[in-house]
Amino acid sequence: MLEIKGLRVTLEEEGKEILKGVDLTVEAGKVHAIMGPNGSGKSTLSYVLAGREGYEVTAGSVTLEGRDVLAMEAEERAAAGMFLAFQYPVELPGVGNMTFLRTAMNAQRKARGEDEISAPEFLKLVREKAKTLNIDNEMLKRAVNVGFSGGEKKRNEILQMAMLEPKMCILDETDSGLDVDAMRLVADGVNALRSPDRGFLVITHYQRLLDHIKPDVVHIMSGGRIVETGGPELALRVETEGYADLAKSA
Amino acid sequence: MATDATRKAAEALLHALALPEGEAGWVRERRAAARTRLFEAGAPMRRDEYWRFTDPARLTAPLALAGAGDAPAQAAAAFAGIDAVRVRMVNGRLRPDLSDPMEQAGLAIAPLGAVLRQDISIAREIFGRLEAAGQEKVSRPLAILNTAAATEGLAMQAHGAVALPVLIAHDRIGEGASLVRHVVRVEAGASLTVLEAGVPTNSVMEVDVAPGGRFHHVRVQTGERAPAATHLFARIGEGAEFKTFTLTADGALTRNEVVIDLAGDHASGHVAGAVLGQGEAHADNTVFVTHSAEHGESRQVFKNVLAGRSRGIFQGKIFVRKGAQKTDGYQISQSVLLDEGAQFLAKPELEIYADDVKCSHGSTTGALDATALFYLRSRGVPKRVAEAMLVEAFVDEAVAEIADQGLQDRVRALVADWMAGRA
Repeated sequence: MLEIKGLRVTLEEEGKEILKGVDLTVEAGKVHAIMGPNGSGKSTLSYVLAGREGYEVTAGSVTLEGRDVLAMEAEERAAAGMFLAFQYPVELPGVGNMTFLRTAMNAQRKARGEDEISAPEFLKLVREKAKTLNIDNEMLKRAVNVGFSGGEKKRNEILQMAMLEPKMCILDETDSGLDVDAMRLVADGVNALRSPDRGFLVITHYQRLLDHIKPDVVHIMSGGRIVETGGPELALRVETEGYADLAKSA
Repeated sequence: MATDATRKAAEALLHALALPEGEAGWVRERRAAARTRLFEAGAPMRRDEYWRFTDPARLTAPLALAGAGDAPAQAAAAFAGIDAVRVRMVNGRLRPDLSDPMEQAGLAIAPLGAVLRQDISIAREIFGRLEAAGQEKVSRPLAILNTAAATEGLAMQAHGAVALPVLIAHDRIGEGASLVRHVVRVEAGASLTVLEAGVPTNSVMEVDVAPGGRFHHVRVQTGERAPAATHLFARIGEGAEFKTFTLTADGALTRNEVVIDLAGDHASGHVAGAVLGQGEAHADNTVFVTHSAEHGESRQVFKNVLAGRSRGIFQGKIFVRKGAQKTDGYQISQSVLLDEGAQFLAKPELEIYADDVKCSHGSTTGALDATALFYLRSRGVPKRVAEAMLVEAFVDEAVAEIADQGLQDRVRALVADWMAGRA
């Protein structure tokens, strides 16, 4: 599904190298987790995959189902099936949540040469998906993320993911700022989307999210590289030993 | 006060215009007084503080008025789909022959030229008076010039709830200038909406809103056109409501001055606008709100979207007289710069002589939020569409100042069209 080879990235403004040769393959149907200390490059990786400006790729390649991701604009990546659930979902004052979702869906459909979704069809779909995430009509009518609590923002990210049905889902610190109940709701939403033709990359600092979203593979990232890869047990080791020892052992 | 140079410039402005003939005695007196006031004030000059951001040179060239002509009806399209009585002006001349029948219940309406030949009390109470009152603190010579010479326009008196808006559509053919004047009186408890499309070279509207009256005004200034100066003077009576909104899209140079006085207790005055600029467009919104009575409520909301090398100017003042207690004055001016060459200049001002008031102002400028843009694009929204969504959301705070939903939606559509058609 997603193949990252020898990816090196520097910050355009400062010229500082953040990713120093990342190799990672996420297969369809699998959930990969990336764990790592703050500043290890996890969020940079997620932004570079989604196509945020301000980063320079100096080496390496990224492909999604064999297509060159780095050659695409952010919106083209989205249409190709890439989705990033933001660590800090962005507030868009004056842009209605429904308008936002419908514009995004139809833009992706158009880019793929598909027909636009009809208004009644869209409404039915969004109500159905919102219900499973405990998102009420009032929240759907409001401006995107404006005045939302931390938990509401994260649920709204998952709603977008459910509506857009991406092939490759990247979740950046989706557990940050969530209490246990909110985390379970979000995790249930993510688990409902697990399918044999969809890949997940779950970025998290703590192991606790992985109690709810069970990974198939766990990677440890440190200093801009993947320093260790293993099964779910690796996440538990982080919890007891901390990142310092793991980084050393690498 | 005028210097020799500014007085000479003022004389040149006046001498380029033919003096109206056959007018009533009171009008002749008022015109003569205006000439004297104009010479005293002098023409505006670049070094005037009030013209710091907008060079008046292109507005103070003597006007060569356009001749009669038949221009195709284009301006009214700005309000397509809006139910209104359409009144056409071509080259600054009122054309009843090309207009809808103007009469409707609750409204007396007549060509200004005809009114000025008679002794009609509402015109007598308003014409030149509100303009002269609006010269306090700052002189507005281009409006005085209008009082001295303008004969074309409408006199309107609403004495009930007027059902349909009066849409004044200005069309132009050829290069000549136009000088337009409207006088409006909204009687106690009456209500009237006036819409304007197209921009005369020099136009003044005086609006007197009697206690409990309601006046709403929406104008659309679109397209590439010659330099223009507009003045809107209003006196707002006790418990009366005055709302004006202006959409200015492109245009070589547009200076809109809105001068309102909340003269009665519990009066409300809202002045809003949106500027969409590209190329070398220059749009200046200059607002002067005076609170003369207690419990007045005023709002100024201006949004500027500036691309290319366009410039947006906002000068906004809240002046609270001694004794205008419990005043609630609010002012915000904001801009989004879409290109590096675009510029927004704001000069907010408060002058307060009452001690129990609430006044606030704010101004911001910057590029579109890069994070918001990325967020939209990461969901598959193409860059241009994402920019349009953010711009439309940004402008909407000003558009929402329009009371009527249908007019709001019409203005939204014009904003969306501009974003889609932008180079």
